[in-house]
Amino acid sequence: MPDAGVAPAGTAARKFGSIEGVEHSLASVGYIPSRQIATAVYLAQHLEKPILVEGPAGVGKTELAKSVATCLELPLIRMQCYEGLDEAKALYEWKYGKQLLYTQILKDKIGDVLGGEETLPSALNKLHQFGDIFFSQQFLEPRPLLRALQQPGGSVLLIDEIDKSDQEFEAFLLEILSDYQVTIPEIGSIHAIRTPVVLLTSNSTRDLGDALKRRCLHLHIGFPDAKLEGRIIQARVPGIETDLRRELVAFVQQLRSLDLKKVPSVSETIDWARVLVLLHAASLDAELVQDTLNVLLKFEADIEVANKQIATLTQKAKQEAGLPI
Amino acid sequence: MSGALASEPLRQFLQAARSAGIRVSAAEGIDAARAVQVVGYGDRMVLKDALSLVLAKTPEEKDLFDEAFDLYFRRDDLARNDERDIDPEARITQSGFGGEGLGGGGGRSLAQMLLDDDRAALASTMEAAARDSGIQNIRFFTQRNLYTRRILDRMGLRQAERDMDALRKDGDQTTAKHLENRIEALRDQARDLVERNLLLFARGETEKFREELLRSARLTNLERRDLERMRVLVRAMAKRLAARYAKTRRRRLRGHLDVRRTLRKNMGWGGIPFVTVWKQKRIEKPRVMVLCDVSGSVAAMAQFLLMFLYALNEALKDIRSFAFAGSLIEVSDILESEPIEVAIAKIMQSIGFGSSNYGNSLADFEDGWERYVTSKTTIIILGDARGNRTDPRTDIMQRMSQRAKRIIWLNPEFRAAWGTGDSDMFRYAPYCNVVTVCNTLRHLERVVTDLLKDAA
Repeated sequence: MPDAGVAPAGTAARKFGSIEGVEHSLASVGYIPSRQIATAVYLAQHLEKPILVEGPAGVGKTELAKSVATCLELPLIRMQCYEGLDEAKALYEWKYGKQLLYTQILKDKIGDVLGGEETLPSALNKLHQFGDIFFSQQFLEPRPLLRALQQPGGSVLLIDEIDKSDQEFEAFLLEILSDYQVTIPEIGSIHAIRTPVVLLTSNSTRDLGDALKRRCLHLHIGFPDAKLEGRIIQARVPGIETDLRRELVAFVQQLRSLDLKKVPSVSETIDWARVLVLLHAASLDAELVQDTLNVLLKFEADIEVANKQIATLTQKAKQEAGLPI
Repeated sequence: MSGALASEPLRQFLQAARSAGIRVSAAEGIDAARAVQVVGYGDRMVLKDALSLVLAKTPEEKDLFDEAFDLYFRRDDLARNDERDIDPEARITQSGFGGEGLGGGGGRSLAQMLLDDDRAALASTMEAAARDSGIQNIRFFTQRNLYTRRILDRMGLRQAERDMDALRKDGDQTTAKHLENRIEALRDQARDLVERNLLLFARGETEKFREELLRSARLTNLERRDLERMRVLVRAMAKRLAARYAKTRRRRLRGHLDVRRTLRKNMGWGGIPFVTVWKQKRIEKPRVMVLCDVSGSVAAMAQFLLMFLYALNEALKDIRSFAFAGSLIEVSDILESEPIEVAIAKIMQSIGFGSSNYGNSLADFEDGWERYVTSKTTIIILGDARGNRTDPRTDIMQRMSQRAKRIIWLNPEFRAAWGTGDSDMFRYAPYCNVVTVCNTLRHLERVVTDLLKDAA
């Protein structure tokens, strides 16, 4: 691949050398990716572009970033977005206390330093000869974004729930997303030592700007199909019996087709599987489902809707699980 | 980036994607080319995933993309039957352009190829001929025959027909008949190809045309099937306006130091001003009260006005909406809690379609809500001012105009009809700051833009 940017060195090149490679490496740390996800990670690695991950809550958006970090053996730097997040909390802040101390010291020492100067202009002249360290790296408190750029070995930067932040903040991210650098007015531009792997997640509570989207690969993660979900459960809850796994996946898949306020996501399926394993369940039955349904569904209204159909759903799930998945 | 990056099939696909309604910027085009370089053309599914990541940025666009991708790459699957391992790029350069295309497939005549039933050669010749005839410029479905004709001409159909006549003369009736059938089939294929291309390249154009039409169509004359499209348009318009005016909301006035707040903020370190606070000018969001006539003909209009205003929620501070026909009720809650389509149906059910009584409705408003009108409130009244010869109660209008910041009256009727019959428009007009005709989406946009602009 000529021209595809700098070839990712070391671990990244070894593990993410091909789409299959990405699939295997992520699977080895317990994240079973769909083909789209693997392609996205592979492309992001080779085009050096951030990935914007959208999808409903609980399908493994944040988990993807964590797994990529574990896989590449890079530190994960996470920035949770919220309304009112600004650059002082996201990028850098000055260490005011230390700056204050510095001025105090300066005040005490100023007499010695300027010593013999007689006139004001000459004293000023001398003052100008000192390096201006008041606004310098020493007094800079790095926040997640700056920290991600400063990691000598590279890093995985997760900007979580970008849709929760304000629109202005989005614009402020553009520089870091396209050029992997930030500009601090008093100091200048700071480049990334090693280009970080950047993932942004969004629950689409609001539409993101075009400028941001243009700079990212756009990955939409939906609910997995039965086969993939089965593999995910297998990886995440290793103690589960094969039959039970098939049944519960079939059940959840059906549950998703109901008219619910919030359909169960993958993370809830995993939780449910864990609960069932804890209860030493060997297979699903209506009573068991009824007792544990609150793990899957989080709204009273949803539980009511599902409760009416538990018997049929369990029956169907059993039938479907009987077939080879 | 070298010129080789923007390879021909990709370039054409981008064009097709754009026409399908996906917004592809130049930068994304370059990304697509780089992505293709990384993954190659070999595996269709991987190519699809990769391009989808780079080009389609919303769930809707993903759907459009899938459709366009399948449509576009299906056509060279036809030719790939026999040459599966050759990538499209290579194939295109192979079959060549222009004059060479005439005799493609190894220099044999079209008749020969048809008789041999050499599908791969035929498909690639047809593809070359299509490219040559500028098929990607097709815009309207009336051009189908023209392009089919051009493609067939370029493939050498005339020569093939002459060959067929020659065969007939020679007495070889069976071969001639055979060839005739094949030519017929070829015509169908060409027509098919043109139609696929029409779908690929012309959809955006027709869509644009249709939207343009809808923007200036009278809202009362809309057909049911256009409603969905209109909703999309309204939302897009509202989003654009909201984005434009959200920016001006808080303007920093650098240069005016806010001494009081600066001192306060720097108290922590002994009043040494590390952090400066500048005076800011806050711009009020407009407060809007909308009174919508929902009787009969005006109802369609009201639907869009309300939709527009609620889509603007971000840019407007609080909107209170009222619906009236014979009497007036507040409908803000319904509109806020239900999706707009349901809400409007509900409102119509509870009050709509009666005959309007403006005087009565204004009195209701004065009794119930007049006290919420402040000097910052803009009142928008949407209606034809036809009160069925009831008392117009202009005295209430006068009091309202004194209290409110301004009153805007939107009338879906043309100006010439104002004041005729039972229309009280001219009686109300003196108390309104603006009275304007408003019956298309374009009018609506103008009114709402003015509303936001004045507030800024």
